[in-house]
Amino acid sequence: MKETNDVILHMVTKVVVFIILTLAIYLFIAGHNQPGGGFISGLVLSSAFVLLYLSFDVETVNSGLPLNFVVVAAVGVFLSVTTGFLAIFNGKSFLTHTFTSKTFPLIGKTEMGTVTLFEAGVSLAVVGVVVTIILGISEDV
Amino acid sequence: MIKAMLVTSMILFAIAIGIALFSIIRGPSLPDRVISLDFIGVNLISAIAVISVIFNTRAYLEVILILGILAFISTIALSKFIERGVIIEHKRDR
Repeated sequence: MKETNDVILHMVTKVVVFIILTLAIYLFIAGHNQPGGGFISGLVLSSAFVLLYLSFDVETVNSGLPLNFVVVAAVGVFLSVTTGFLAIFNGKSFLTHTFTSKTFPLIGKTEMGTVTLFEAGVSLAVVGVVVTIILGISEDV
Repeated sequence: MIKAMLVTSMILFAIAIGIALFSIIRGPSLPDRVISLDFIGVNLISAIAVISVIFNTRAYLEVILILGILAFISTIALSKFIERGVIIEHKRDR
């Protein structure tokens, strides 16, 4: 195999990954009123991780990002189901969500809901499952 | 006037995507098909931008960003497959 030189790919990846992560966080926050939400944010996050795994290799990324993505998916599902069961303990039906609005000093009046925790769990589950599938089907035979 | 120009550009984008699809089916080698797939991605991004101008909305801008990311990643994956034979390496050999 001839010597390969992928300096440009590495430099572009180091910049573009942060743009993709910013887009994922924007999509996560824009959900529930505009197009966006936990699932799409998880897909975009997993595309950022897949770009890292593509341009570097598995050992380099795992040494800088020591995450077991199966555990990430499990934590996400646990978080989502827990926010569902919290409503049962308060006497409501399953997955009933609530929200309040508070006034913070700098931000102003913001609405805070437990839907955000549920969406965070969905996002973590999607990231874990997608990255696990892609790393699984791309292993060397 | 502007509406007619936008609709004409949409028709031209559709013709260009059809030509690229023909090139994907016919293309003799794998790099030709990769370039045609990237061409389809660029044309889809432009067509969605024109659609968002026609409908006078901003709801499609995330679609443009995500399509750009997916076209970028798929082009990198296919070119790495052509060059190395594997897409995600376990350890680089250098």
